[in-house]
Amino acid sequence: MTDITSRPPLLEVRDLAVEFADADSVVHAVNGVSYTLREGETLGIVGESGSGKSVHVLAMLRLIPMPPGRLAGGQVLFEGRDLLTLSDPELRKIRGGSIGFVFQDPMSSLNPSMTVGRQIMEPLMLHLGMGAEAARKRAIELMDMVRLPDAARRIDQYPHEFSGGQRQRIMIAIGLSCRPKLLIADEATTALDVTVQADVIELVKELKREIGMAVIWITHDLGVVAGIADTVQVMYAGRVMERGPVDDVFRDPRSAYTLGLLRSLPDLTAPAGQRRRLTQIDGAPPDMRFPPPGDPFAPRNRYATPRCLTERPPLEQAPGAAPGHLAAAWYDLPSVLAAEALS
Amino acid sequence: MSQIETGQTENSAEKKPYPLISVRNLSKHYALRSGWGFKPSVFKAVEDVSFEIMPNETLGLVGESGSGKSTIGRAVTMLNPPTSGVVAFEGTDLTQQSERQMRAMRKRMQMVFQDPYSALNPRMTVGDFVAEPLLIHDIAKTAAERKDIVAELFRKVGLEPRYMARFPHQFSGGQRQRICIARAIAVKPSFIVADEPIAALDVSIQAQVVNLLQDLQEELGLAYLFISHDLRMVRYLCHRVAVIWKGRIVEIAPSELLYGNPLHPYTRRLLSAVPVPDPAIERARTRLPQVSGLTEGPDCHALVEAEPGHYVAREALGGGA
Repeated sequence: MTDITSRPPLLEVRDLAVEFADADSVVHAVNGVSYTLREGETLGIVGESGSGKSVHVLAMLRLIPMPPGRLAGGQVLFEGRDLLTLSDPELRKIRGGSIGFVFQDPMSSLNPSMTVGRQIMEPLMLHLGMGAEAARKRAIELMDMVRLPDAARRIDQYPHEFSGGQRQRIMIAIGLSCRPKLLIADEATTALDVTVQADVIELVKELKREIGMAVIWITHDLGVVAGIADTVQVMYAGRVMERGPVDDVFRDPRSAYTLGLLRSLPDLTAPAGQRRRLTQIDGAPPDMRFPPPGDPFAPRNRYATPRCLTERPPLEQAPGAAPGHLAAAWYDLPSVLAAEALS
Repeated sequence: MSQIETGQTENSAEKKPYPLISVRNLSKHYALRSGWGFKPSVFKAVEDVSFEIMPNETLGLVGESGSGKSTIGRAVTMLNPPTSGVVAFEGTDLTQQSERQMRAMRKRMQMVFQDPYSALNPRMTVGDFVAEPLLIHDIAKTAAERKDIVAELFRKVGLEPRYMARFPHQFSGGQRQRICIARAIAVKPSFIVADEPIAALDVSIQAQVVNLLQDLQEELGLAYLFISHDLRMVRYLCHRVAVIWKGRIVEIAPSELLYGNPLHPYTRRLLSAVPVPDPAIERARTRLPQVSGLTEGPDCHALVEAEPGHYVAREALGGGA
């Protein structure tokens, strides 16, 4: 865990900006997101709907429809090559090959008129140049690996013959088929039952140990992040609000938004009847057609300073926090909380 | 099921209040494809489920998709009446009521659903949507009266009354769920079935809705049947919890007993899978495998009182029990 920062970078996102335009307005969905993911690192990204967490990875893989989407700037270096400027054939070699991905909705991601076997075999034949027979053998192994029972028989079945949890496992088998260096999972387990989710997360962890892949795991579930991530990144209004080693961010949050998310969860340590009321974050996220000039969370933040409303805080090393624990905040959350506890 | 009854007759010696709703041996079966070439068969979505909810109490129903928990919610409110069993609500067996009698009963029991996007009528102002049950149940005579009541309901759920004239698309998910809750409480029910009411909402908004449900319970004396797959929120919100597995209650107990001392292997497996937002705890814990080694027998599904108020299916207690 501690040596992650010394590993070579695999993915460098630099100042990525994505917009969606219609006839009379522009939605600024992603506003200058920068981070580095190292080999074998698991990055958990949390944030609410509209935070830009999903859009920025889709943009990275050039999977957003353009128009209305548009890349407003930035670079995404994967092993040193900018995914945003690669030719389509070169990008296709990476997408589904050394970058695997799994999205939330397995029903719309799978082709209903094609057997699951053929869908798992496709990337193997396309990216690894396997023959049909070898690919079929490998597809059965992959189905075994994601614990789909009776793989040798079920490989010739169609998606509708599988349950939701099983379909999501098929998606994961496809995402992992070419032993990617990077797996991107966007709410990949959100629709699954908790026991199936736990199985899938165990599987991803096992594969990380086995093939050393890096993972970007996007979720709104802080519990899942706590279980899977080395590093956590909190996004809001198309920006990174906080980022750092998972233990430090959970124990010592430096962004009021992160604190708000953590406090909105039920605290079950106190006995029943003495538990504090859930802390709700009042208000709503900003209208991203008109992103606020300062800290985007400031209007909902009771600790905001006048400066927060007018000037955008940079994402910087948080003073006194663990190395690599960054926050975008003009206020110093630990001292604000200490003062609040005294009064 | 007889164990529950014996347990409660013992307890009821000490002035036990009368349950608001008492569900006895509820089953819901569906006929599967039958006819030429197929043997007729039934799918038992819910099988022999019994529980009670006291006034002002929240009972949580947890279980995985397909376990039957939503079916129970819909059977209890007669939206999808049970195949057999008794649902005694405020002293009336709902399964014996005519459509018309049932309509009157619905004033006392309401539902809140998972998806506040599809629950609202896109062509109706949210004010009219909340006022509709007042009209149906003839609660407010004049438009002015209705408007006053709706304004008060809006304030109660934390929405500004001036939003009454707006349409659903102008609201966020959390606001829409508040609107649905305002409509549910408009008829002054004593009981609300909430089926995954926070599952579609963002984390920070979930807290708003859960706080609102708690405030309303305190203020209006409501009882809830809270159906959810979020086991942490259920522990936080519910007084008692029933675990549904394969259409049956396998364990039911006050929350702290159920979470602190789970007795059924399925409950243990379920709890072991719940992600905890604490990295140190997450690293240390082990997940339990599939349930196996249950005792079989004629009476294996019967609930046994293992400690006061804590009932578990006999199958979990091993051969000797």
